[in-house]
Parts: sequence; structure tokens; C-alpha cells
Amino acid sequence: MLQTIRRYGLMLIVRPLARLLFGLDAIGAEKLPKQGPAIVAANHNSHVDTIVLLCLFPSKLLPKLRPVAAADHFDKGGFGSWFSRNIIGIIPIKRGGASRHDDVLAGAKQALARGEILVVFPEGSRGEPEEMTRFKTGVARLVEFCPEAPVTPVYLQGAGRSLPKDAKLLVPFNCTAVIGDPLMWNGSHHGFIDELRTRIETLKEQAPPLRWR
Amino acid sequence: MELTLHWFGWDVIATPLTLGFAAVLALLLAGTIAAFILPAMQPGKWSDLGPRMRSWWVIALLVGGALVLGWQATAVLFALISFLALKEFLTLAPTRKEDRLIVLLAYLSVFVNYGLIFADSLFEDSYQIYLVFTPVYVFLVMAAAMAWIGRTDGFLATVGIVHWGVVVCVYNIGYIAFLMRTPDAEAPAGAAGLVFFLLFITQLNDVAQYCWGKALGRTKITPKVSPNKTWEGAIGGWLTTAGVFYVLAPYFTPLAPMHAAIMGALIPIAGFFGDITMSAIKRDLGVKDTSRLIPGHGGVLDRLDSLTFAAPLYFHLLAYFAIERF
Repeated sequence: MLQTIRRYGLMLIVRPLARLLFGLDAIGAEKLPKQGPAIVAANHNSHVDTIVLLCLFPSKLLPKLRPVAAADHFDKGGFGSWFSRNIIGIIPIKRGGASRHDDVLAGAKQALARGEILVVFPEGSRGEPEEMTRFKTGVARLVEFCPEAPVTPVYLQGAGRSLPKDAKLLVPFNCTAVIGDPLMWNGSHHGFIDELRTRIETLKEQAPPLRWR
Repeated sequence: MELTLHWFGWDVIATPLTLGFAAVLALLLAGTIAAFILPAMQPGKWSDLGPRMRSWWVIALLVGGALVLGWQATAVLFALISFLALKEFLTLAPTRKEDRLIVLLAYLSVFVNYGLIFADSLFEDSYQIYLVFTPVYVFLVMAAAMAWIGRTDGFLATVGIVHWGVVVCVYNIGYIAFLMRTPDAEAPAGAAGLVFFLLFITQLNDVAQYCWGKALGRTKITPKVSPNKTWEGAIGGWLTTAGVFYVLAPYFTPLAPMHAAIMGALIPIAGFFGDITMSAIKRDLGVKDTSRLIPGHGGVLDRLDSLTFAAPLYFHLLAYFAIERF
């Protein structure tokens, strides 16, 4: 029941609205994974990033799509938590301050084991609009745990202009997503995230020039 | 006005607009058949044609449907088109981080600009307000708001860029919707006939230029801006469009023959310059298409380019020569 509502909500409300406000120009959409387990990794500038990414997938894949999101932001309890977990479908993850003994990635690993598609933002935070920061190694640890999952790099542009961190007003601009060829686990945490980062930076060249100072 | 056609022994009685829609439908069907046959005959060469034709169907159904429904539906549709075009422009054009609010104001101008088409009860003649609102008052308010926000480097360039986008995407395109408010008695095929004729003529001009250029094109006309355009294509397209305009004008417009000849000669020229102006802007911005919204065509602004120049000229000349309302 809930899955049917989510699916039609995406098809009839969220996607048309997102297309109207953010354009959703996708380059190479056919390279997105069609089944799980898989990981989609993108740069992160805005909450709009998650919406843009979810809208790029066919709606029948929605039940399998799991954005990995910061627990301190999206899982603070109450209705917000319920909405994030059940409607958006997030997997909450603790940022910083986690004890050495509990595995912060446990939820994400279980999702991969269930054959789901994780949507991750390796920067870990939205940061300055339209600028990429350092990648964290979480995504490498996930793919080490589940080496059969391909990691599809995605470069997202424009959402940081529509809704930058701490902004109150949403301003429509066209967003572009450039999707690259998937890469597989290569045996090294830092080697993997460096490769992923290079791939995403290369994808940036295919996006229209961003003139924003 | 009703026309009687003798067709294979049948008398077909129809309005010019119905026949116009029938002609567009026939062109769409022909194009769709071509999109099935040509890729099979020459694999790889016509891959673009399928999505292009599908998009043409959507465009024709949306615009045709709005024209049939009336001026309100047409104004809503073109307001949406203006918003999408302006969003494409402001996404690609250089703006500053502080200008997010200015961009929001620019979107707001779409509502007011098109709202004026509805604002009969508010003003004695909202057309008078329409004429000055965007060119003068959006221009002033935008600059004032930008000064109020307070970032001065790049101020002049940004003020100019934003206002250019608003005039081209909103004000000029809005004339198409305002034309629908012509009283139906003033034109042989009603207000919808006037708008249909404008859209038909500008699209015909694009197609005719392309075909003449493909057939005879040798001498480049604007090598730096639009290297595929040739003198042969431009002149062939101009003559074709002017001729078709002159022949069809009595069925769609209330123009006297002399005035139809003048407009027939000028509208394709405006369309041509709208086209190359948008090409120059796209080159300056470093893009080929303004977005990927319309499969096979590019962005909304790519499709509107010639209309951004042709629409206001068509409106003003009609108003000057023939239409009492404006």
C-alpha cells in the first residue's frame, strides 16, 4: 500500500514538479543501475540533489532505492523521521561521535545484502554551493563489504544554486546530472575514493558551463 | 469565414483554422511515417527523427489544444513556456550568488506579465499597461532591488543580462498570448487564426530556410555565429515564407494586400534575426542547446528563437495596419 502511494506520488507529483522546477537534464541516464545490489555516488550541494537523483530512476525501482542520509539531520525522531525513513526511504547513518564498536554502516550493509540500490554522497555534507569537498571512505568500505555491487558515479550541477545549504528560499534553476560508467571494488579504500572522485570531476566537463560567481 | 473545397467530387466546408489544423496533422503524419521508414533505409543517419517527431506531436497537441480552448488556456500555456525559457536562460547566463532573489523576481514578472492579459476588470485597457510594464518597470525594479542587495562588482552586466532574458522570454513571447484577445469578429479566422498563422509562418520559415540551404546552400551568411546558415537558404526561405504569407493572409488576417505584402516580407527577416541572435548568445554561453527538455529539439528557448523576434513585430504590424482592439 505504502509502496503504491510512493510510486504514484513520484510519478504524478514529485517528478512533474521536479521537472518544472529543476529541468532534470540527464546525460547518460542509461548507465544508472537497473538492479541491486548497487551504489550510486554523487557530489552533494543541496537537499534537492536527492530528489533529482531519485527522479532519474524509473519509478518501478523506487522500492529498492535507499538514499543514505545523516541521522543527525533526517532521523531526529517524530514525523520527520517517519517521513524520511518510510516515504523518502532513507537509511540513517550516524556522522561523527560514533563509538569504535558499533558499525555505523550496518544499516547500509544490510540494504546491500537485501539487493537494494544505495544513493550515497561521499562528501558526507552539502558544503559550499557548487564546490566539491573531500570524499569520506564510507563508500569504499561498503563496496569492500559487497564487492559485486557496481558504484555508478554521478556529477550533479545546479541544485546548489536552487537551494544552497542554509537557504530559506528555493529558486528554480535547471539541474544537470551526468552519469558515468560504473566502477568496481579495486582493493584499496583510498585508491577507490580517489578513483571515484576523479571520475566525478571528469564528468563535470560534460555538463554545461556554470557561470556563477 | 467558411471555405468550400471541391475534393474528389465532395464539397468540404470548413473554416481556415480547421483546414490549418488538418494541414498540420497531415505534416505530422507524413513526418511520423518518414521517421519509421528513413532510419530503416539508411541506418544511423536519421536516429534523431523519431524523438523529434514525437516532440512535434506533443507541441502541436499542446498549442492546438490551447488555441481551441481559448485565450485563457493559451495565456496559461505561454506563461509556462515563458517560465521554462527564462529558467533555461538564467541557468546558463552568468549570475552572482547574491542574485538568487533577483532571479526569483524575474520569475515573478512572468505572473504579472501574463496576469495583465487577464486584468480586464482592473484597468480600463490592460494592454496599455502591458506595453510599459516589463520594458520600463521590471527594468527599474530589478535594478533597484539589485542595488538594495548591495553587491556592486558585476552589477551593470547582471542587470543587463537579467532584463534581456525577461524581455525576450516573457514580454516578447507574451504578445502571442495577448493576440488571442483580439475580438473574433476582427479576423477572418478569429483570434486563434491570427496566432495559428504566426506560429505556422515562423516554423515554415525555419523549415524552408533549412530545405533551401540543404538543396542549394554554398555561401555562408554568418560564418562565426551560425555556420550552417547560407545566403541561398536564407533568401530561398524568405521568398517561400513571404509568398505563403501573402497567399494565405486573406484567410487568416484582416490585412489589405499591400499590408500583407509588407508583413510577408518583414516577418521572415525578423525570424531569421531571432534565430541568429539566439545562436550568438548560445555561443557566448558555450552551449549548443539551452536544455534537454524537448527530445530531439533541445530546450524551449531553442524552439522559440525565431518567435522571440517575429512575435512582437507581427503583433505590432497587425495592430498598426488592421486591428482596432490594439
